[in-house]
Amino acid sequence: MITVEKLTKKFGDVTAVEGLTFKVEEGEIFGFLGPNGAGKTTTVRMLCCLISRTSGEAKIAGYEISKEADSLQIRKMIGLVPDNVGLYEDLSAFENLDFYGKLYECPEGRRRENIERFLKMLGLWERKDARAGSFSKGMKQKLALARSLVHEPRILFMDEPTANLDPESAKTVRDFILELKKQGKTIFLNTHNLDEAQRICDRIAILKTKLLRIGSPEQLRESLTRHKTEIRLAQAGEALISSLKKVIPNKIEVSGDKLVIDVTDPDKENPNIIAAITSAGGQVREVTQLVPTLEDVYLQIVKETK
Amino acid sequence: MRISKAWIVATKDMRVLLRKRYAIYSIVIFPLIVGIGLPLVLRFAGARHGGLHGTQLLTIMNAFSFLYLIGATSLPTVLASYSLVGEKIEKSLEPLLAAPVTDSELLLGKSIAAFIPPAAALYLSSIVFMALSDLMTHDRLGYSYFPNWTIGIILLLMVPLAAILSIEWSVIVSSRASDPRAAQMQGLFIVLPLAAIYVASEVGAISLNTTTLLIISAVILIVDIILFFLSTKSFQREEILTKWT
Repeated sequence: MITVEKLTKKFGDVTAVEGLTFKVEEGEIFGFLGPNGAGKTTTVRMLCCLISRTSGEAKIAGYEISKEADSLQIRKMIGLVPDNVGLYEDLSAFENLDFYGKLYECPEGRRRENIERFLKMLGLWERKDARAGSFSKGMKQKLALARSLVHEPRILFMDEPTANLDPESAKTVRDFILELKKQGKTIFLNTHNLDEAQRICDRIAILKTKLLRIGSPEQLRESLTRHKTEIRLAQAGEALISSLKKVIPNKIEVSGDKLVIDVTDPDKENPNIIAAITSAGGQVREVTQLVPTLEDVYLQIVKETK
Repeated sequence: MRISKAWIVATKDMRVLLRKRYAIYSIVIFPLIVGIGLPLVLRFAGARHGGLHGTQLLTIMNAFSFLYLIGATSLPTVLASYSLVGEKIEKSLEPLLAAPVTDSELLLGKSIAAFIPPAAALYLSSIVFMALSDLMTHDRLGYSYFPNWTIGIILLLMVPLAAILSIEWSVIVSSRASDPRAAQMQGLFIVLPLAAIYVASEVGAISLNTTTLLIISAVILIVDIILFFLSTKSFQREEILTKWT
């Protein structure tokens, strides 16, 4: 559905995005993760034909973003939820959606049907005639989401859709995204929220100007080179810890009677660690291999590029 | 370019603008003063000395007619500034530019929205102005002065040209402003040359006859053409998104 080939964007001497190459399949939720200034928004803007690329190419459903004639076709089939909701605050919720429906040439009957359907799904139908300016942040975000869908796009680009939302509103938006996936929509999700990415994305790309890693949340977790082993002791006295630190070169974190030790190869290192504890007089109650989170993966990858 | 797309943008903008009290006051007050207030001035000016004589009356009536040109230059500036800088403030440009609408359709839509309400107010006001002025001066002139070629040229030729000038200038100014009031203040500079002509006519330095008005129209048309290229250059998708926001 989306094919990106060596896509680069420069603003003067500053390279915002460099040599991005990836594909997004139809019906996939594709997460785009990266720190501030990584080039996530720039990438979305290029894919939505809002700004030009410096070099490389990207195709949306076969249409090239660099061709003027294609860009209009691309804009017809995509929906965008920008990081700033950008609603017309003096217009009602209904008027906001109706304006965009008309702009996307959605026939009147269908338009009204969609407006009603999406506003009801997002719990805003009762407030359809209220000024968008009177809405809370969460309601505005939901309205922006409905706006991006009113013309039934095949692909949805979302830039931080749950940022600054309360947990309940964020959950509504996340559930709604999953509902859209069931309907076969392709979703390109820019996010800072690692937990959100882990929960709803089929694949994730980690970006910092260049593409650092890409894969499913599982694949990314498996790619982690640093693991953590948690060992619960009968008693973690100071003498024991200091003698352990002399024989175990790995990083050790102590929390009560628990030790969390960084390991590279758990199968090889864990028996040695346990043997060292035992010979130092410690008693091992429980050994747990901690499952790495996406946050661990993300932090390691981003740290490696510094 | 699809006019239908431009019209969708224009109707949305007019709906937004006409919900802003400040914008409504800006559109209504000037035409109200010129349409009703100035004919009353004609009626009562010099009343203690038996009223103004015919030649004086005609000079003043021509000068008052010229005020419609000043209105056409200043009123669209207010709306165009709101229409363009307002999008900047509400950060609504990104979803709008992501929609299947071309830069020229957007620019045309915004121009129509800035043109129609002031033009409607000015034309309505001009009808009232002509009717009331004739009513107030008929006994002294012995005939109805309006409508005539002078006001015909002003309303049908110069007002649209001046409004276009004002809108194009506002587009250029708005691309650099982040506040509608600041954009309006800068936009209003375009009124100064026309205000100077008005003052010159009032003091008798120039006569606002049909020849003078046609020359002024030609000059405005030339400036319109130059500003058209400059405004369309500053109103480009990437430029708007990366520099306006």
